[in-house]
Amino acid sequence: MTALSITILAGFLIAILAPYLTRLLKHRAAFVLAFYPLAVVLQLLALQRDNFSAPSVQFPWVPSMGLWMTFTLDGLGFLMAMLIAGIGTLVILYGGEYLRDDPYLERFFLWVIIFMASMLGVVTSGNALVLFVFWELTSISSFFLIGYKFEYESARAAAWQALLVTGAGGLAMLAGLVLLGQITGSFEIHQWLQNPKLVQESTLAPAAFILILLGAMTKSAQFPFHFWLPNAMEAPTPVSAYLHSATMVKAGVYLLARLFPVLGGLTLWNQVVPWVGLLTLVGGALLALAQTDLKKLLAYTTVSSLGGMVFLLGLGTPLAVKSAMLLLLAHALYKGTLFLVAGGVDYSAGSRDIRKLGKLAQLMPFTAMAAGLAALSMAGIPPFIGFIKKEYVYESTLYYPFLPYVFTGLAVLANVANVAVAGWVGIRPFWQQPEQKDEDLHPHKESIWLWIPPLLLAITGLFMGVFIQGSAQTWVAAATSAVLQEITKVKFSLWHGITPMLILSIVTLIIGVVVYLTSRTVIPRLAVFWKKLSFVGPNIFYSRSMRAFLSLAGWQTKILQSGYLRYYIITIIVTTVTLAVVTLATRYGSLPNPQWTQPRFYDVIFIVIIIVSAILVTRAESRLTTITLLGAIGFSIAILFLLYSGPDLAMVQFAVETLTVILFVLVIYQLPKYTKSNYPIHANALNIIVSVAGGIMMAGLMLLTSAIPSNSTLAPYFMENSLTLAKGRNVVNVILVDFRGFDTLGEITVLMIAAIGVFALLGLKKGSKRGGNS
Amino acid sequence: MQRSIILPVATRFLMPLMLVFSIFLLLRGHNEVGGGFVGGLVAASALMLYAISTSPSALWKLLPLDPRFIAGIGLLISLFSGFISMFYEKPFMTGMWIETPLPVLGKIGTPTLFDLGVYVLVIGVVVWILLEFAEDE
Repeated sequence: MTALSITILAGFLIAILAPYLTRLLKHRAAFVLAFYPLAVVLQLLALQRDNFSAPSVQFPWVPSMGLWMTFTLDGLGFLMAMLIAGIGTLVILYGGEYLRDDPYLERFFLWVIIFMASMLGVVTSGNALVLFVFWELTSISSFFLIGYKFEYESARAAAWQALLVTGAGGLAMLAGLVLLGQITGSFEIHQWLQNPKLVQESTLAPAAFILILLGAMTKSAQFPFHFWLPNAMEAPTPVSAYLHSATMVKAGVYLLARLFPVLGGLTLWNQVVPWVGLLTLVGGALLALAQTDLKKLLAYTTVSSLGGMVFLLGLGTPLAVKSAMLLLLAHALYKGTLFLVAGGVDYSAGSRDIRKLGKLAQLMPFTAMAAGLAALSMAGIPPFIGFIKKEYVYESTLYYPFLPYVFTGLAVLANVANVAVAGWVGIRPFWQQPEQKDEDLHPHKESIWLWIPPLLLAITGLFMGVFIQGSAQTWVAAATSAVLQEITKVKFSLWHGITPMLILSIVTLIIGVVVYLTSRTVIPRLAVFWKKLSFVGPNIFYSRSMRAFLSLAGWQTKILQSGYLRYYIITIIVTTVTLAVVTLATRYGSLPNPQWTQPRFYDVIFIVIIIVSAILVTRAESRLTTITLLGAIGFSIAILFLLYSGPDLAMVQFAVETLTVILFVLVIYQLPKYTKSNYPIHANALNIIVSVAGGIMMAGLMLLTSAIPSNSTLAPYFMENSLTLAKGRNVVNVILVDFRGFDTLGEITVLMIAAIGVFALLGLKKGSKRGGNS
Repeated sequence: MQRSIILPVATRFLMPLMLVFSIFLLLRGHNEVGGGFVGGLVAASALMLYAISTSPSALWKLLPLDPRFIAGIGLLISLFSGFISMFYEKPFMTGMWIETPLPVLGKIGTPTLFDLGVYVLVIGVVVWILLEFAEDE
């Protein structure tokens, strides 16, 4: 387990190095980078062979706050991790070819590998807070990957939408996890799983559940948050296949499955989760039937399938959980394949519109084969894994004690859509004549790395179906046992005899084929229907609330951000003075008497210089005079620091003053002509009042502060331990780099961000006159 | 514009001196007055003096790396220095020291590395920001 966790974390390092490797090897870097997920797959298999007996590992993160990086692997984590690393290997190979001549290929590798490592982190974390960190990292990498073609407005908007929706859900989830942590007194997930009673009896449990459910719903595109997923199809196709179908969107399902032993016992679970899933299952299927774009078709059926998984977990019977796990596996296999196929078709034929595509099998025989195999699995035809999945889903709903026929009917409806879409995506573009002739399309031959990955995935789906008692059965059994927290036997078989499920399957297939054949009438009608309904859709709600946010921001900016420096300064000083005066007034009685020490004669000299310069600055007639006087003030302050034994402070002040002069010299020729503003008398009066008030307040505060006897234990501690603990005699520096080094790390990061801000403001204005490396 | 000869000539001597002084400040920082931050400011002043006396583009040529890159490296050095202790199963940013002092450098430990990162970052950030302000002639 140690080896696996280090491999996962090493992914972040590999990701950072990936761009350099890509510059060296171009698209061939894929062949090197693919070894990363491959290594993970091999380690996973080794751990699985030992029955996950490897103990979990803990790295100390902030042990004083009880924060440990715990990594652990069980059947559920294994199933997810296998999909992430296995499909990840194929996606890297595929992406290298798909984006072969793309100038930003290196970014694809960078973010895909960061995503991969984060996603593996999500499914192997044993600590809820660590899980959250990885969870957010997947949202961020998804943002960058959706916005990969950042020149397009639509890609940027979709990336924002996905980030805002999943990010907001992530925050809700964090709150939920923190509540669970409060209830149980630990953030270690295994502690939660061992004490489900503790959680279920808490009054905070419903709140925690709802918050966590929100996180899962946004991530896994459940109604009414499903809208970001189809929009995320702006991403390059390998990304859609990987993040937005096979892995990331299943993180929500994973979370619900992981916390099932804790939250599944709540009555609220059974009242909410199945309905959320059911709405998504049916809604996604009906939305899918209105699409003509290959990727949109796949996206909406993905939404539907995710709904199915949540629905099954919501039912919560052992059979339903088993079916959910099987659905998770089967869906990743066939949907991943079909996405990759859609990418290959788009690449070769130049279109994703199913009405314009046709007869591609001659040009792309292997892609057609992969598509066909995956489509048959998706349609649920034996002996594919998709068939067995469907049988189990029907069995779960048919034998559920509550509303079995309604549930089963709706499941059939969703599967009918699956059959039709499978045909439209996997069969029709390859074997049928195109519905509309488009003279601009000139399909060319498929390239080898665009068909090998989907074909491998499709064949895996076939093998897992035929040899269903092999790995699929073991994996699903292990995952189900992990979800239910008890050893569960799973026995799949292709042939059950004539059962109600088989009959339902045949009915589904027949209706599905009818829908498939009548696409000419079904698609436009449903499209019109959804268009009429769209005014209540969540997409509209999203854009309305975004507009409302923007106008609110604009309104408050107009009020607060006048653009005049003097108003900013006045605002700052008046706010500070008011707050300080209010605080002082309320504690008037307990204030100490200010202590007054006699200044030395050389102190007075510099104080006088400062006062005189400050007065003269306001009357200065040129910039040079102004800067000289300000310099005099700064240097005098530095000398005062020195006189009051603060040499470190003085030195920094000197250096900053010097740099200010240098900055001034650099910009003096670009500044507009110096004009002394003549403010009207009342404005000047206000300026004087504000500055005098600010000065008096600061002076008073300083006097009061020095009068309060210092009984802090910090200063003596630093003085005593500086040399012994931190081996330094300069206490100021020791505090900066050692005792409070964490603060300094934050501060230098802020410095860096400030520099980026200056660069963005000035550099963009100047345009890219100066190249990156000149 | 007529250029004064005094500044370029003075810079030729001042700049190396200031750079050496900045490293001196960095190294003595742990025991005497100094440290990475002020050292970085002094070094940045030296470089900017050069930019003023010749031209900003001459400084671009002089620098081995883009200042943005320098700043980034500095941040990474500081961050990395915090990770070292984790390899010894101590929490992030625990100070670790080499027991025997090295010649010239003195006692070396992870805080020294951290300070070096601050030094490098400050040079990068200050030069970067100031060069952004300086229009190329």
